[in-house]
Amino acid sequence: MSAPGGPPADAGSRSAGHGTPRVMGTPGPDGRFGEYGGRFVPESLVPACMELEAAFAAAWADASFRTELSSILRDYGGRPTPVTECARLSEELGVRLLLKREDLVHGGSHKLNNVLGQALLTLRMGKERLVAETGAGQHGVATATAAALLGLECTVYMGELDTERQELNVFRMELLGAEVRPVRSGSRTLKDAVNEALRDWVASVDRTHYCLGSVMGPHPFPYMVRELQRVVGEEARAQCQALLGGADPDVVVACVGGGSNAAGTFAGFADGGARLVGVEAAGGAAVSDGIPGVLHGMKSLLLQDEEGQILEAESISAGLDYPGIGPEHAWLAASGRAQYAKATDEEVLAAFRLLARTEGILPALEPAHALAWVVREAGRSVPRGSTVLVTLSGRGDKDVAQVRELLAAERAER
Amino acid sequence: MIALEPWLRERRSAGRKLLVPYLMGGLGEDWVEALQAVADAGADAVEVGIPFSDPMMDGPVIQQAGVHALDRGATPTRIVDALASEELGIPVAVMTYYNIVFRTGHRRMAQSLRAAGIGAAIVPDLPLEELGPWAAEADAAEVATVLLVAPSTPEPRVAQICARSRGFVYAVARMGVTGERESLGNETTDVVRRIREVTDAPVCVGVGVSTPAQARAVCEVADGVVVGSALVRRLLEGGGPDAAGEFVGQLRAALDAG
Repeated sequence: MSAPGGPPADAGSRSAGHGTPRVMGTPGPDGRFGEYGGRFVPESLVPACMELEAAFAAAWADASFRTELSSILRDYGGRPTPVTECARLSEELGVRLLLKREDLVHGGSHKLNNVLGQALLTLRMGKERLVAETGAGQHGVATATAAALLGLECTVYMGELDTERQELNVFRMELLGAEVRPVRSGSRTLKDAVNEALRDWVASVDRTHYCLGSVMGPHPFPYMVRELQRVVGEEARAQCQALLGGADPDVVVACVGGGSNAAGTFAGFADGGARLVGVEAAGGAAVSDGIPGVLHGMKSLLLQDEEGQILEAESISAGLDYPGIGPEHAWLAASGRAQYAKATDEEVLAAFRLLARTEGILPALEPAHALAWVVREAGRSVPRGSTVLVTLSGRGDKDVAQVRELLAAERAER
Repeated sequence: MIALEPWLRERRSAGRKLLVPYLMGGLGEDWVEALQAVADAGADAVEVGIPFSDPMMDGPVIQQAGVHALDRGATPTRIVDALASEELGIPVAVMTYYNIVFRTGHRRMAQSLRAAGIGAAIVPDLPLEELGPWAAEADAAEVATVLLVAPSTPEPRVAQICARSRGFVYAVARMGVTGERESLGNETTDVVRRIREVTDAPVCVGVGVSTPAQARAVCEVADGVVVGSALVRRLLEGGGPDAAGEFVGQLRAALDAG
């Protein structure tokens, strides 16, 4: 316990006897980040979560596993991804804007980092099938990609509404050999796809791994997925330091649905002094508008009514249509180490177009939320002359048709 | 309030197989009448579902029942209040997901169940490691928390769960979510056998038990059965209390004949 008169060295991450030993370190066996996290799953799944926890701990401590994963990420995935200076947009905003280019990872988003790790782990556990949920389709495509690469069966659950919004990604997954099952229950979006994937997993757990796509769900998923995404933040920090003469950026920004690209990014910077900002969709802002609750195996901040019924998130970005947030983000918000803001659909569309016109990059609608926050805050809470790193978590090709419709609708309204 | 475990133990001692039907609270205007019909048709206890928007452990039938109940304005308070004003003559257990309990508040939920004469609760997404805060309040209010043992539960854990379970031990018949199944496999027999080795508490089997013949077969090894989807489906199809009572009567007859 703490010495009289001073907090313990790791005070920032402990609360009520739980917690992580250091900021974004390894959680204890209870899988807690402060009061958040845990493992709230039916008994049928508890042994599988324990098996996964042990398997990941062993693999992550095994140099040969890490070497194999790094090699595939390099030779197949295209890592390391660059950090790009945005000269024209920086001039327009009055801040120095850097982009961590996860849109250049094979498949078009950061999702591959996580799924390759989990797919290798699946082989290591002697299982032969992956199930996954997907919102925008990015995680589904990434899982299908990893399954094809490593010879695993793959079933992807996707809300019916999302299969309509992201038709091309459905076809992509099918081309990659995955079976896509539209989910017709509930709000027919990401949260329902998670329910359905969990139901599949309960019935198939002896030969199936649930390849969860974000830093959410029961322990060890939030921790494991953050570790598998940590490469984003660690690369970015080294790249920034090379660019900035050894300094960190002043602000590090990432979009947050469940929060995997933000968790990976923040993990690289959490022990430094950079201001960390997660940006949620205004229609699905669990930190701003949510209250503590338990869903999908975790205690976190959730959009819900007074009785505890989960509400439906709504945004133009299928990937951020999630009523919760990863438990570590809930804790980072509570502890003050990171702050969470929201961006509206209109701001996001404007940022999407701005990056396209000034830098020749079409971002996915998800990271366009992070950009939208920078556009809004530059010269306000982000002083002129600051250096800002944004993780560009995916490319916008998947969203082009939708953006065309949205812009047409916008013009019609005028 | 009828305490669940002594009641079930006494009936078991009398040579009776235990029948625990499940109904969704708030499903249809006449759900309380359906409950009474089920009690009158020979149920030994009833489970009443409090609907949750995201029922991870449930298959399509219970999911649909939950959606209907929520659409009709079902809330934990309304369901508990309705149960409080009813004299069924058999013990009642509520079944719901942890977020409902968590948002209501552990103490408030436990005490409201107690005040309504509800002696037991089943919260399937609250495993042993996360049980503490709820169990402390439930124990204080003398509300029995029924725990589940699954086919995947390893040996030392079976004993830990059985030691902490109150009311009865809920044996999960097979890996998967709730819903009717054509057949139940060896894993059902196996999980019951493993529970028996570590406890003399009543063991009831649920998840997939759908027909009178299955109920009878399961009770060759177990003390009783929980039947949910097969019963709820009859209500969703518009059968009403009469159909519910008739089906439970068939289950009762099959168990008594076995």
